[in-house]
Amino acid sequence: MSPKTQSARPATVPLEEQLNWQRAMLEIRFFEEECHRLFARGLVRGSTHLAAGQEAVNVGACRALRVTDTMAGTYRGHAAVLAKGAPLDRSFGEILGKADGLCHGKGGSMHLTDMSVGAIGSFAIIGAHLPIILGTAYAEQYKGSDGISLCFFGDGSTNIGSFHESMNMASVWKLPAIFLCENNLYGEFSPIAHTTPIEQLVDRAASYGMPGVRIDGMDIGVVHATVTEAVARARAGEGPTFIEAMTYRYKGHSRSDPGAYRPEGELDVWLERDPLLAHERVLVEAGVEQSVLDEMRATAEQTVNEALERAMSWDDPATEARLEDVLA
Amino acid sequence: MKTITYREGVVQAMADAMEEDESVFLFGEDVAEAGGPFKLSEGLLERFGPRRVRDTPISEQAIIGMAIGASLSGLRPIAEIMFADFAGVCFDGIVNELAKYRYMTGGQVNVPATIRLGNGAGAGFAAQHSQSVENWFLNVPGLKIAVPATPADAYGLLRAAIRDPDPVLVFEHKHLFNHKGEVDDTPHVVELGRAEIVRAGNDVTLVATQLMRHRAVEAAEILAGEGVEIEIIDPRTLVPLDIDTVAESLDRTNRLVIAQECTHDGSWGASIVSRLMRDRFESFDAPALLVGGDETPIPYAGGLEDLWIPSAERIADGVRRTLAY
Repeated sequence: MSPKTQSARPATVPLEEQLNWQRAMLEIRFFEEECHRLFARGLVRGSTHLAAGQEAVNVGACRALRVTDTMAGTYRGHAAVLAKGAPLDRSFGEILGKADGLCHGKGGSMHLTDMSVGAIGSFAIIGAHLPIILGTAYAEQYKGSDGISLCFFGDGSTNIGSFHESMNMASVWKLPAIFLCENNLYGEFSPIAHTTPIEQLVDRAASYGMPGVRIDGMDIGVVHATVTEAVARARAGEGPTFIEAMTYRYKGHSRSDPGAYRPEGELDVWLERDPLLAHERVLVEAGVEQSVLDEMRATAEQTVNEALERAMSWDDPATEARLEDVLA
Repeated sequence: MKTITYREGVVQAMADAMEEDESVFLFGEDVAEAGGPFKLSEGLLERFGPRRVRDTPISEQAIIGMAIGASLSGLRPIAEIMFADFAGVCFDGIVNELAKYRYMTGGQVNVPATIRLGNGAGAGFAAQHSQSVENWFLNVPGLKIAVPATPADAYGLLRAAIRDPDPVLVFEHKHLFNHKGEVDDTPHVVELGRAEIVRAGNDVTLVATQLMRHRAVEAAEILAGEGVEIEIIDPRTLVPLDIDTVAESLDRTNRLVIAQECTHDGSWGASIVSRLMRDRFESFDAPALLVGGDETPIPYAGGLEDLWIPSAERIADGVRRTLAY
């Protein structure tokens, strides 16, 4: 797998599955918009980091995995965890700090985890989870299974120490791992050019002896095809792959950030490349009626609203719960 | 009973654990081909093969991450950090991921990882290879900490750590690797959180771990010659801490001295004093005394390092001072 800028899109993904992708992306988009509103209304504590705009990367990648494959991501992790299969209501519940949230209110927005669907964690320390997937990937080899581990991380993460240790060890041990970099051009408030001496992060892969590819992260078909290829390599014992998916976050870094450091007009350019609109066009071209897609959109919004309503009706954790789960 | 070294206790513990449980495996720097830089894993590669005994690159963050990820996946990893001082390199992995994982996921995971670290001074390895760093982790809920002093405990606590469903840091003292001690013919697991009364006495309670425990025993001989009988308690585990054994002893002796291979502030000894002040104030006939290292990093020159580490005489002097109150 030589470095290239775009993977071929196979014609072989069934239409039903592609419709499911769209449904998932819609639900995630509405979910993120609700989170944004919840913060504005003061109903969610701390901060939240929204992945609106990056849905194609998360859904395209997670839908190329089995539910038993493991995925770890960042504090900007709602989309990834939902894409892996976590329920909407319990995800909302965790962000609202409810007793029946995914983590029983102990983790919050930045630590969404659902072990039952292989979403092994969302991490608030940059790069901290990359070494962890070395262990989950090694465990698959150890047990003689063909399971794999994938981690999502941002462009800023490629400058931190644990990235280098993880890329190196995954490569030298030929671990069944996928390193998926969501390059959304900014590390917090800093444009990537201010912090990184190279323009294409995929160039880093070669220095670890690892195949790398740079793709359009707004095209879900390309994301899915690329990850599918990396998954096949990993399952066949050929080792890890680095994927740089070019994407963009429509909201600021976190709730308090309006993104004023972005040059004027940049957001508009990326809004035109909205992955949901792009895939809708693909589906129309494939013969899906616009009315079907409109109904899907309306249903997705309703599904998300109902999930939020449920979650908001749940109780807060009991006070004793704060003392639980330190040790087994 | 048989006599083995501390090192042999460590090797045998890992061998027995790996023999008994297929999910146990070891990795770290030079643990496989070389049998460990301190020979603490000698023979394990030959016996168990490269899947279960693996050399890593010089990558402490990756080593800790491996331990976390593998234990999430149902395995029981043993990760070796060559010198405990190197825990600084992977501090994030230990305190922000390993320790907090179960809690922040609301109990969705168990993390049965064992991290072994080469602790302590006395061999002239200088400032960055000589510190006893267990105190760095006292303030971190979610970790267990074992500090074996004897071959029997090196074996038994490590077996307990490997079996434990929670993350355990096992600090193995570098100056004790050749130390000999008796173990049962079939050595057994030593439950975490149980102190040992090394020596009974009624005059002063002396709490000490690792190298200091052995120096405390020497101090006891010196003091016995002066008509003073000290009671030596080795906590063996700092988290969970068997404070009850120490408290019960204090109730009888009414005087407490701690001998620790570290500075005063943020130490396990200071924590014990603080707890007993809170819970057994009336049992104190004299202020508690901490005998520890100088408030400096550890120096290289032999004479200076020897002065840094509390000697048996300095420990005995601490006991004399508390009796003189």
